Amino acid sequence: MEFLLYIRVIRIFVKFVFNVLENMETNRRQFLKIFGISTLSGLGSIPAIWAFTQHSALSTQHFGKRWAMVVDIKKFKTEDDYKKCIDACHSVHNVPDFGNPKDEVKWIWKMPYKNTFPEQEDDYISGEMKNMPFTVLCNHCKNPPCVRVCPTKATFKRADGIVAMDYHRCIGCRFCMAACPYGSRSFNFRDPRPFIKEKNSEYPTRAKGVVEKCNFCEERLSKGLQPACVEACKDNKALIFGDLNDPDSEVRKVLETNYTIRRKPELGTQPGVYYIVGAKEDV
Amino acid sequence: MYNGSKIIAGLIIFVALATFPFLYNIGKVNAKPELKIDTPVIEQLKEKECVESEEFMKAKHMQLLNRWRDMAVRDGERVYVNSKGEKYEISLQNTCLKCHSNKKEFCDKCHNYMSVKTHCWDCHLTSEEKQKT
Repeated sequence: MEFLLYIRVIRIFVKFVFNVLENMETNRRQFLKIFGISTLSGLGSIPAIWAFTQHSALSTQHFGKRWAMVVDIKKFKTEDDYKKCIDACHSVHNVPDFGNPKDEVKWIWKMPYKNTFPEQEDDYISGEMKNMPFTVLCNHCKNPPCVRVCPTKATFKRADGIVAMDYHRCIGCRFCMAACPYGSRSFNFRDPRPFIKEKNSEYPTRAKGVVEKCNFCEERLSKGLQPACVEACKDNKALIFGDLNDPDSEVRKVLETNYTIRRKPELGTQPGVYYIVGAKEDV
Repeated sequence: MYNGSKIIAGLIIFVALATFPFLYNIGKVNAKPELKIDTPVIEQLKEKECVESEEFMKAKHMQLLNRWRDMAVRDGERVYVNSKGEKYEISLQNTCLKCHSNKKEFCDKCHNYMSVKTHCWDCHLTSEEKQKT
């Protein structure tokens, strides 16, 4: 845009010079001289203009962290593999268990293939994949729709890519639940306190009337710990967590050596949770 | 004056009702709330001082708590450096309540006296709630 504008300015200037020259009744030769010089000087400043546009405000900058998770789904072999991740998360964060699916509150849970990847519902896929429940959680999108719709900025994207909730600000309008394409958000229809089996005294509960979801364990990350679910299944490394902006991080290495898919990529939300679906069984 | 006696009687009843709360409390000592800071953790402290001075905490603890909330939740900053340069973890539940484990004798005393209603404990677990688990 700036470049086009610049050309326009030059053209107007040339026109002006041309008019002046015509009025002075000078010859064509002199006009061409001035025209040539002004064009050259104009071209000479292009790199400067380029520097101001391309490399400053318009370019995307990569600094800081971008937390992401890789789910190696084939490493979830038994019911217990899922359960220990889910229980670790839910007990650390005081997630209530209401005992009925209508009121259910969940941060990390399992979902069938057809619901996890509805756009990839091909007629013939590996039977193993088709029947396998996937571990799903908030995707901490790069372009989170929930953040766009929140009227109070109660949900927001942190600099490190975590889509966080500020429960102090949540008014319970549930726009974010409607906006989230992954069903990652749950509403507290009832007071959750009586339904928390064992409270973690170091973490708050939620109140009735707020929306809650996975926070990528930001409270643990701030202490240098891995997320609770990742730690719970570290013996078989079914979940891998790390910084995408660090080329030496484990996630980056795993992503470079494995073919991964993300949930509903066609929506352009750029999820931060990747799934390895075709890994070898030998590990 | 028509119905003078009824009007005057009515006025007397109205004035009596309207001033009743004030007359009823005349002469009663309106005791200042006495806060207790004798929890086991505080007793063991060498220097019994909060994250900031007593005067500051009395006057501005609400502003400080709001700042802590914004720093921790929105900016992800969890270390508070006080006016003396000492560092504290920003956490209502883990830092404030570690010392002030007596919410009923501490927070509630003043808040009830001043009729201040806070929403802190809808989510944050008080020491009483912690002990239940």
